[in-house]
Amino acid sequence: MGIRFILMVNKQGQTRLAQYFEYLTIDQRRALEGEIVRKCLARNEQQCSFVEHRNYKIVYRRYASLFFLVGVDNEENELAILEFIHLLVETMDRHFGNVCELDIMFHLEKAHFMLEEMVMNGCIVETSKSNILAPIQLMDKAS
Amino acid sequence: MARDLAPDVERLLQFRDPNIRKKAALCSIRIVKKVPDLAENFINPAASLLKEKHHGVLLTGIQLCTDLCRVSAEALEYFRKKCTEGLVKVLKDVVNSPYAPEYDISGIADPFLHIRLLRLLRVLGQGDADASDCMNDILAQVATKTESNKNAGNAILYECVETIMSIEDNSGLRVLAINILGRFLSNRDNNIRYVALNMLMKAITVDTQAVQRHRPTILECVKDSDASIRKRALELVYLLVNESNVKPLTKELIEYLEVSDQEFKGDLTAKICSIVEKLSPEKIWYIDQMLKVLSEAGNYVKDEVWHALIVVITNASNLHGYTVRSLYRAVQTSGEQVTESDAVDVIEVAIKHHTTDLTTRAMRIKDIIVQDKGNLVLELQQRSIEFNSVIEKHQNIRSALVEKMPVLDEATYSGRRAGSLPAAVSTSQGAALNLSNGVAKAAAAPLVDLLDLSSDDTPAPSSSGNDFLQDLLGVDLSPASSQAGQAQKSGTDVLLDLLSIGSPSAQDSSFTPNALSKSSQDDKTSIGALERLFSPSAPSIQASSPAGGSPMVDLLDGFASGPPLPETNGPAYPSVVAFESSSLRVMFNFSKQPGNPQTTLIEATFMNKSSVIYTDFIFQAAVPKFLQLHLDPASSNSLPESGNGSITQKLRVTNSQHGKKALVMRIRINYKVNSKDTLEEGQIGNFPRDL
Repeated sequence: MGIRFILMVNKQGQTRLAQYFEYLTIDQRRALEGEIVRKCLARNEQQCSFVEHRNYKIVYRRYASLFFLVGVDNEENELAILEFIHLLVETMDRHFGNVCELDIMFHLEKAHFMLEEMVMNGCIVETSKSNILAPIQLMDKAS
Repeated sequence: MARDLAPDVERLLQFRDPNIRKKAALCSIRIVKKVPDLAENFINPAASLLKEKHHGVLLTGIQLCTDLCRVSAEALEYFRKKCTEGLVKVLKDVVNSPYAPEYDISGIADPFLHIRLLRLLRVLGQGDADASDCMNDILAQVATKTESNKNAGNAILYECVETIMSIEDNSGLRVLAINILGRFLSNRDNNIRYVALNMLMKAITVDTQAVQRHRPTILECVKDSDASIRKRALELVYLLVNESNVKPLTKELIEYLEVSDQEFKGDLTAKICSIVEKLSPEKIWYIDQMLKVLSEAGNYVKDEVWHALIVVITNASNLHGYTVRSLYRAVQTSGEQVTESDAVDVIEVAIKHHTTDLTTRAMRIKDIIVQDKGNLVLELQQRSIEFNSVIEKHQNIRSALVEKMPVLDEATYSGRRAGSLPAAVSTSQGAALNLSNGVAKAAAAPLVDLLDLSSDDTPAPSSSGNDFLQDLLGVDLSPASSQAGQAQKSGTDVLLDLLSIGSPSAQDSSFTPNALSKSSQDDKTSIGALERLFSPSAPSIQASSPAGGSPMVDLLDGFASGPPLPETNGPAYPSVVAFESSSLRVMFNFSKQPGNPQTTLIEATFMNKSSVIYTDFIFQAAVPKFLQLHLDPASSNSLPESGNGSITQKLRVTNSQHGKKALVMRIRINYKVNSKDTLEEGQIGNFPRDL
């Protein structure tokens, strides 16, 4: 499976959203996140967006104060994952309108819905923004 | 559970709602991964998913097919036959699709779908010429038409190149792919360069020549400021190295090692070391490079590498001089620099090995002491303390070492000088003899002190000292001792040989049994040598001309010439079975010389209890410090089977604490059974009292 986990972390290193596609205990996750975040946050703009860590390859991208980190296996196309991160952000942007960290904090469930529409079982399954957002809009309408 | 659910999931793959189909496809992936047998049930429904229009379902369908191909050869065959054309058409449609706002990412319609399709094609085309043929055109089209100024385009190109590299050979496409990689590699964007390096690593198995062309660029990348790129590039360089380019590449890497950051040095040294080990064309180059690496980043070098290096050094006897010289220079230059600790590291580890030659050792000891005294750096102090403890294990000689510093200095210097003269390295040993003759005598005293063998001025060697010396010097003593048998110049010569690093090669050629003594580490021969070593003023029986041959006899162990010994004055003591194992029995008979109660003569008799003859039989013994041991040559070195004969060997033990302490001895017996080495060891404590 291509994608192993997706993390959203702010500049201070606090995790805002985490989605794993393989089983890790809470402690393992916390340790892993700590290591990765430390590694990625230390890098500067000019350096490339890929970091190898343990047996993962971390593809990350920074949007303002928020880092999007995606852990993939060695088979995956790194550039495509970079593009996927961008797609995710654009999707959120379309829904929230100029998305920011607070939007994700206070509408965590929606962020998760979107992610689940886009990625299932570590595999990208939907790339059309309107398809992704359709169920969420339905829910919004109902509430 | 997977088996139970499989039929349901299979049905749901044809469900009306695309969301359900999507999920069913993902579920199928899980099932076939768990239970590969079920794969065949899913082949048909999966194939029908490939005709989907809905991108989401198509994506998952393709993923399902890819996974099916992975788990089942049958599925792979089926998809190859039936679906390759269909997939090519789908890809063509996607590539040529008109602008679709839904899926558009920076001008490219659904790059994710592109990538999945290319990946499935890759699986199908691998190892199948027909399928590969079928997809040639579309791959060429993707490779040429895709815009490379956007990330999405590059992602597709990247995937496309990977596919081209994996499918069956098509030189036109390969050229195209390598060109794309070249473009990637010269891109300013680090991400692109990273994937290019990644890709080149895969391409290297296909077309090494093409990758070699990019070598300069790749070497540049090793020096990049970005750790990820550096790591990739380094791995790539590692793969690129071959016999023809190993020298320039290693030179580059070592040069870079001097300026690289701390955290990268570990990786870099590991790689350099394995390159050098794997591909070194000659030993001298190997030693050279390793020493360079060590002096640059000794701290990062792994232990195995050490071992390997030291083994190589010890085996290349003609390079000893050279090695010692370079090592010494390295230690000297690093003396004032930050890398002191590295240097001391070098020394310390080397000392722990019993295989380097004495000169190296002496120099190292000196250097450590010098640095020990002159330095306040914490690391260094720690090292020297560690070193001291190493010495202390061997009978606490530290004080002697420090006291005798100036003389030792000279001795080591002479050693160095001998080593640094090329004549000594390459030509006859005569030259070496003349060179350092003057200093050797002076060196004798400190050396003795160094080894703490005769602090009480008794010229005869004690057996424990012998043991110690053997510990410290390892194999190198034996060539020296064999030399002693040949050269008649007594003590100084031996010492000289110990000191003059240049001579081992000459020894090797002039004295053939050398190898034998090297391997057997014969105790007795060392004793002979020791006697010469420590009694230059009073050459005892063995140094005189008839006995001059005796170490040789010892060495060969075959002649039963044993110098006549005084007759025993009756067995006043009962004989004992000193050692007995399932295969061997050792009996000791005791006698005393009249008027010399301290000295006991022991006649050891060895009996073979097995039914196989023992050859190359060697008996060694060690005693504590208060005893002195002298071993005469054995009567034979082969022991006939089942008690049909025996070997006898005489031992002379002098007990300096006669009447206070009883004899005790540790023995070691080496022999060959059917040319297989066997070793037996034991301690003898059952001596009669009052010996």
